[in-house]
Amino acid sequence: MKKALVAAAAAAILASLASGVSAQSLTVGFSQIGSESGWRAAETTVTKQEAEKRGVTLKFADAQQKQENQIKAIRGFIAQGVDAILIAPVVATGWDAVLKEAKEENIPVILLDREIESPKDLYLTAVTSDQVFEGKVAGEWLAKDVGSKDCKVVELQGTTGSSPAINRKKGFEEGIKAASNIKIVRSQTGDFTRTKGKEVMESFIKAEGGGKDICAVYAHNDDMAVGAIQAIKEAGLKPGTDIKIVSIDAVPDIFQAMAKGEANATVELTPNMAGPAFDALEAYLKDKKEPPKWIQTESKLYTAADDPMKVYEAKKGLGY
Amino acid sequence: MTWFTRRLRRLAPQLVALAIILGIISLIAPGFLTVSVQNGRLYGSLIDILVRAAPVALLTVGMTLVIATRGIDLSIGAVIAICGAVAATLISDGYSLPVVIAVSLGVGIACGLWNGVLVAVLDIQPIIATLILMVAGRGIAQLITEGVILTFNDDTFAALGSGSLAGIPIPIYLWVGTALVIGLLMRRTALGFLIEATGINRRAASLAGVRARFLLFSAYAISGLCAAIAGMIVTADIRGADANNAGLWLELDAILAVVVGGTSLNGGRFSITASLIGALIIQSINTGILVSGFPPEFNLIIKAGIIIVVLTLQSPAIMTLFGFIKASRRSEKLNHGTKEATR
Repeated sequence: MKKALVAAAAAAILASLASGVSAQSLTVGFSQIGSESGWRAAETTVTKQEAEKRGVTLKFADAQQKQENQIKAIRGFIAQGVDAILIAPVVATGWDAVLKEAKEENIPVILLDREIESPKDLYLTAVTSDQVFEGKVAGEWLAKDVGSKDCKVVELQGTTGSSPAINRKKGFEEGIKAASNIKIVRSQTGDFTRTKGKEVMESFIKAEGGGKDICAVYAHNDDMAVGAIQAIKEAGLKPGTDIKIVSIDAVPDIFQAMAKGEANATVELTPNMAGPAFDALEAYLKDKKEPPKWIQTESKLYTAADDPMKVYEAKKGLGY
Repeated sequence: MTWFTRRLRRLAPQLVALAIILGIISLIAPGFLTVSVQNGRLYGSLIDILVRAAPVALLTVGMTLVIATRGIDLSIGAVIAICGAVAATLISDGYSLPVVIAVSLGVGIACGLWNGVLVAVLDIQPIIATLILMVAGRGIAQLITEGVILTFNDDTFAALGSGSLAGIPIPIYLWVGTALVIGLLMRRTALGFLIEATGINRRAASLAGVRARFLLFSAYAISGLCAAIAGMIVTADIRGADANNAGLWLELDAILAVVVGGTSLNGGRFSITASLIGALIIQSINTGILVSGFPPEFNLIIKAGIIIVVLTLQSPAIMTLFGFIKASRRSEKLNHGTKEATR
């Protein structure tokens, strides 16, 4: 009788242990940079949602833009013996020591959204978007949309010298390379903000014969596009019809503009970096399948044909 | 010398600099100086300069007074963000326009009074005292907007930023009106002289019976008030409160405008008109760069280059050389100034 009880108890313990190592109840630490932008906040929300969907216990640490806080958080995760660590690294350098500590404990590390300058064997994989590709998708959309008509494009760049500004400019130029009828006639920085986007657009309109010569605006992010839309409206032109608007990021507000016909296309910088990361992690833990060192997220193109109001409703609650 | 020629002599370097800058831009960008009427409102790059200068011009009015008291106000950029966030929150909660404006202005004045307490009562150095709100302010604004760009669809409030009245954009009325009211308050009453006295020597002014502490309070409160108006314009302009970027670094542009306007950072004599021309110079450079078509990598270099030239031209050595100040007359003029201040 006693023996049977002990055996049953042991079986129960074993069973609970067994379920403890199965993929259903992974514990994953996530060191986030902070919440400096709407996109970052949405990334945090989506990561939590993705974890919940998969039954992963997520330990979340907000580093408030400081690397030392991230390193502290990662050491904390290692001490707690988590199954894996996700990092959205605030800077590119200085990670070697702490990543080695994780490696010694056999804890796989996945980078989200940004890459780092460390030996590639120190992390499992990096899930990021391809900024050049984003620009290219935008450029190719415009080339297809205008067809063979001549098209003068004005470009609202991101903060001068920032990597998204450089890469998205490069990508767009690649995207329109084949179409000799499309020319970028003006290009200025709008610092990724609405105010500057509007101010720069006002000047562009004046410099290009009252805006009638401008066929399209390419903005490196949606916020500048929203500012440009207002400037175009105030100049008595119709954004979306007289001047086409194509931008990158896919934040909720641009879908409202799209629903009103004032914006034409946006390329999504998905806040869902964690989904592909969890997929790769589960495959790795289950079958020891090494993922590629770089997982590129989808850069999805949204146009007015994609039911913008529905996308807006879906994105609204993500914390953008 | 009549009042008018004396004023003109004081403002000559700034006016000449502004004219030269506008002249150069119109050479690079043809059509820069044309102003037309479109959709019942004035339209053109010059109008853009006057509209876009509104936030900096408003900040400059307050900053001139604060600098005249030998202080400095670094917090106004953050106050713009706070007041913008407050205005956007109230508007999207459905409060009426007068309530929104009153509360936003009240919050601006409260921010100014906070600085006033630190500077006038606790005797903390102004650069540090206002640095506190500069750092904390954006955080406060983010708390109010809950970290997002808070947008609203209210055409009456949006008109503060992009509407027009009798063909003239409303932001122009707001900054010119504010400058006029405060300028007249300073120069048609003794307030201006008392502020100058406080700036030159607070202790001596106090001993002479000037209520220096009250004047410091008012200078910072006016600065906060101006920032609140600027905050509403910025917010109304883009129909949204952007806590991260609204008014970012504008305090530095305001300080620059005051310096370009020839008011000394050591306090004392000030001219709001000259500071405003300084603000217009800065905005002309900004707009000029945008219409000129230079690549954005050059923006900051061009701006800095022009400002160095303007400041060099205003330096006493060069001014004597060109005859804006006659060397022999300088001492006479200084005597005159002292007489005026002690009047």
